[in-house]
Amino acid sequence: MGDKDKLTMVVFSGELDRALAAFILATTAASMDMQVTIFFTFWGLNVVKKNEGAIKSKGWMRKMFNRMNRGGTKRLALSHFHMLGLGEVMIKKLMKEIKHPTLDELIKMSHDMGVKLVACTTSCGLMGLPEDSFRPEVESLAGAAYFLDEARTSKITLFI
Amino acid sequence: MKADQTLDCIGLYCPMPIYKTAQKIKELKSGQVLEIIADDKGIKKDMPAWCNSTGNECLGIEDKDGEIHTYVKKK
Repeated sequence: MGDKDKLTMVVFSGELDRALAAFILATTAASMDMQVTIFFTFWGLNVVKKNEGAIKSKGWMRKMFNRMNRGGTKRLALSHFHMLGLGEVMIKKLMKEIKHPTLDELIKMSHDMGVKLVACTTSCGLMGLPEDSFRPEVESLAGAAYFLDEARTSKITLFI
Repeated sequence: MKADQTLDCIGLYCPMPIYKTAQKIKELKSGQVLEIIADDKGIKKDMPAWCNSTGNECLGIEDKDGEIHTYVKKK
């Protein structure tokens, strides 16, 4: 593992289109024998929240926040032309037409190829997200120092 | 060009042809040739780039009326 080129990404955004870009790069980089780590922070955590089940946060503000900001791949909006969900339905239909993998499929493919998905602990604390808020592909929680140490030794770093 | 195995990627776009190539090449022995057939033009740039990154050898690319045949020799 040590001598592989590394790609380390921060996914800060929680939109479907940006998440697709991140996971297309992740699966391609892993296919190119690179070691890939993706950090999810702030709105980016919505990309890796589990789709089903309740997110149990404490305190009325966090409870309300997570009800309005539930996240999960099937709830992500588009950054442009979302049009109250119409744009999202259309883009998903078009993706199917060109046999493009869904975001869920891309996440599974990435995981199978050893892409590391990491959730930011500070955002989790701020937003009141317990560890079981995330899908099983998220392997660990870490902070900025872990990201910077990964990034320092990476050939490529991206902020999405 | 003769190939030991063929991978059909017709109708697929990035990242699928590269992803599938990376998976398929595992089934080949060193020195064997994989033929990838695709119709996404991106493959003409992507496959040499993938080979450059992974150390496999891109033997050639033939465009037969939009059906692009790429030959990769496993390292």
